[in-house]
Amino acid sequence: MEQFFGFAIPGIPYGCTYAIVAVGLVLTYQATGVFNFAFGAQAYAAAFVFTVLTQNDHWGGFPAFLVSVVVLSPLIGLAFDRLLFRRIPNSNTTAKLVISIAMLVGIPSLLPVVFGAQNLDDTATIFPFFNPNVVYATVLGTPINGIYLAVISVTVVVLVALTALLRFTNLGLQMRGAVESRRLVQLDGVNSGGVVALAWVISSFMAGLAGVVLAPIYGAFQASTYATLVVAAIAAAAWGLLRSIPIATGVAVLIGVVSTTLQGYLPTSSLFFSAVLPSLPFFVLVAALLILPGMRSLDVNRDPLATIDPPPPPIAAASRAPSMDRIIRRLWWLVLAVFIVSMLTWIPKTWEGVFNSGLALSTVLLSVTLITGMAGQLSLCQGTLAGVGAFTSAQLAHHLGLNMLVGGLVGAGLAAAVAVVLALLSLRLRGLGLALMTLAAALLFDNTFFNDVSISGGGSGLSLKAKWLGTSEFFNFNGHALFGLCIVVLAVCVGVVLLVRKGTVGRNLAAMRGSETAAAGLGINLTWQRVVVFALAGSIAGVGGVLVTIQQQVANAAQWNYSFSLIFIVLVVTTGVATVEGAIQAGIGFFVTEQLLTYLPARFGGGSLVIVLFAFGSLQFAKHPEGILEFQKRRSNLWFEQRFFAKEYHAMHPRDAVPEANA
Amino acid sequence: MPDVPLLSLRKVSKSFGGIHAVHDISFDVKAGESVGLVGPNGAGKTTLFNCVCGQLRNDDGEILFRGASLSGLPTFKRARLGIGRTYQKVEVFTDMSVRDHLMVAERSRRGEGRLWKDLLNMSGVTREESANVDATLELVGISSFAETSVNALGLGHCRLVELARALAAEPKILLADEPSSGLDVHETAEVAAVLRTVQRERGTAILLVEHDLAMVGEVVDRTVVMDLGSMLAEGTFDEVMANPVVRHAYLGQMGVS
Repeated sequence: MEQFFGFAIPGIPYGCTYAIVAVGLVLTYQATGVFNFAFGAQAYAAAFVFTVLTQNDHWGGFPAFLVSVVVLSPLIGLAFDRLLFRRIPNSNTTAKLVISIAMLVGIPSLLPVVFGAQNLDDTATIFPFFNPNVVYATVLGTPINGIYLAVISVTVVVLVALTALLRFTNLGLQMRGAVESRRLVQLDGVNSGGVVALAWVISSFMAGLAGVVLAPIYGAFQASTYATLVVAAIAAAAWGLLRSIPIATGVAVLIGVVSTTLQGYLPTSSLFFSAVLPSLPFFVLVAALLILPGMRSLDVNRDPLATIDPPPPPIAAASRAPSMDRIIRRLWWLVLAVFIVSMLTWIPKTWEGVFNSGLALSTVLLSVTLITGMAGQLSLCQGTLAGVGAFTSAQLAHHLGLNMLVGGLVGAGLAAAVAVVLALLSLRLRGLGLALMTLAAALLFDNTFFNDVSISGGGSGLSLKAKWLGTSEFFNFNGHALFGLCIVVLAVCVGVVLLVRKGTVGRNLAAMRGSETAAAGLGINLTWQRVVVFALAGSIAGVGGVLVTIQQQVANAAQWNYSFSLIFIVLVVTTGVATVEGAIQAGIGFFVTEQLLTYLPARFGGGSLVIVLFAFGSLQFAKHPEGILEFQKRRSNLWFEQRFFAKEYHAMHPRDAVPEANA
Repeated sequence: MPDVPLLSLRKVSKSFGGIHAVHDISFDVKAGESVGLVGPNGAGKTTLFNCVCGQLRNDDGEILFRGASLSGLPTFKRARLGIGRTYQKVEVFTDMSVRDHLMVAERSRRGEGRLWKDLLNMSGVTREESANVDATLELVGISSFAETSVNALGLGHCRLVELARALAAEPKILLADEPSSGLDVHETAEVAAVLRTVQRERGTAILLVEHDLAMVGEVVDRTVVMDLGSMLAEGTFDEVMANPVVRHAYLGQMGVS
């Protein structure tokens, strides 16, 4: 029995760390209606600044705490409210989720750009009265040191304070009202904007507090630690239906206790220890999503005044003057021809590689256009499905000597199969529920299949050989043939997406996106449509994964971890998720921007800043959920129409013609 | 089977927790018949519609369509059998044009939507489909904004689009849930005229939930009254409106006196 407690009790402080974050998620959701994926990133930011100040600048713990937690964290929360979430209509849950994902991706990438590369290995505790090296008590034979005591104490204080705030104060009541409908609460004389802003300030303060308190317990200081921590917290919050603080806390502590207990009993060499144990939070999350009916209706919009929000604008290509549309279409063909000729003649090798990477990535991103833009389903595992395609083709080439292109088709098929399983598992889930399910799947793959050396080749990955592409010299990695391959595959995928959008399935998907209730009421089989679109998007992601692998000459687990799935969503949604051009512009734009940034000083170059640029593009996305490029296209279309196609413009917009006629 | 009712409800019940939203409801709707389902707010009319369409599963009782039980059938299969519906809270497909709304209904009526046809570019709109859609647009009187996105339409027009969409699927029975809600007097009269035309010319049975009792009286052959989940009365419109129990349910003690 003593051995059991020896394994179980150390899990309590870990569980408490999950609980603090879980309660933070519940508070944010309860008070703002946003499921804040960026909570872990906010915690990381506070801990990062705190550690930089204490370790590098030798500040004392208290002033560093004041700056990082009391000042910086609430300011981040205030910025979230004022610059991002306040601009999004209450009913647009997809936009709210995508922006919080953008912040999850953007904030950890922004920190090295602002502070420079840091080597942070030792995080101080903010509680000098809890000495990490002193054992304060022994419970059932288990020593409790200062860090553990600090974490447990902070958890208890936070839980009591937040429960009291939400349940027993007028502010808590106003927060609960504002989350349903800010406008309705305003009609009752409440400053709902201020209430929601305050909720962001409090929840961000909590994120900062969590980050700084938790840093010492995890030793190594990495953004990924905070991301994993958030998964356990999400699982706990899900069991509390994002409402119940006591249930979320109980489940969080239970996850901590079960993890350390299993860790103690399972042989370290077993598959359970290496693969299943780290995935425990994901299983808990998936179980909540599958079992709890409440998780299916999380996104139901209850704002009675939601119809006040203007409808989203139509896509630019669908609303421009016919003559102008014809000219633009011809111009696109001209641009394409010039691009192809340039790639085959004068473009330098470096830039040829950049464009090839962009074309390959565009193929993966097309899968996001299909599943999110056309079907309205937010999948956070398209990168993982691309990885399934990539590793399958690479493994087939390694073991059977199979041509990568043939193996790629098998990989695309396998990615489609995985996507179908996911679709079937998440049949009843929508919006946030589906996003969480697909995120859990992505993290599960990261921890299991992609973490297995026999599948992903370990840290160095699986290298590719030119002969696996073809027997002739034509198919070498660096020649124009790679460009030919990329553009042909992308063209086929674009064709598939356009044909589906134009056809019956596309109309059915659009109907589903508009109203699932009405679509089913007309005789549309929603289950089948979902399976079809998941399979199609999965196979396109798989094909894209193979292309990226061929282009980079290696299949590596680091290329396909869950964070890339999140980045893909941010890229496409920022540029324009409703059109295929959006995916292509995002794919090529990403690598072109990255290449351009290499010309800047080293501190600004590389992957970080390009992710920051796209992530913080969401500042505009909050205002224009159709996508920044889509918005700009519409604006420039209007400008040209009014000046050069005035007749057609006025015929299409009769109301605008009236003042002119009167004048 | 000339004597088999198109739709039969046999002791249908549905509870939410401890609340009996629908309790022991039984009535029939014959082919081509128009039946009004009226009652005060909270009577359980929309819940009953949801049970018939399969959006909710009834706890007890049975719902038969042309004599066959609908139990276990998902919503889309019931729709393909010929049960059409409009909604109390307007359900339109945002971003879609009015014509496309009707095209979705036209195709789904026949259970079409094969992916391979789309990929081979064989899903173009046929002349027959186009003619059917035009006829329905004309019938409901919304041809003039056929190409307009529903995002640009007001509530009243969206209701008409919803009605047209339901009719485009050529249902054997149309469950119309407060179709005049949000419409002005003229639009309400137009909707009533459309319902009568559809019943007369297409032989479509209509089950109409409506608070505008004048419209109900104008459209229906027979009326069923519900209150607090139970059935209060059944008969012609004038009969049930003269019923003191019904008057009490609608107007309280004052109505009876």
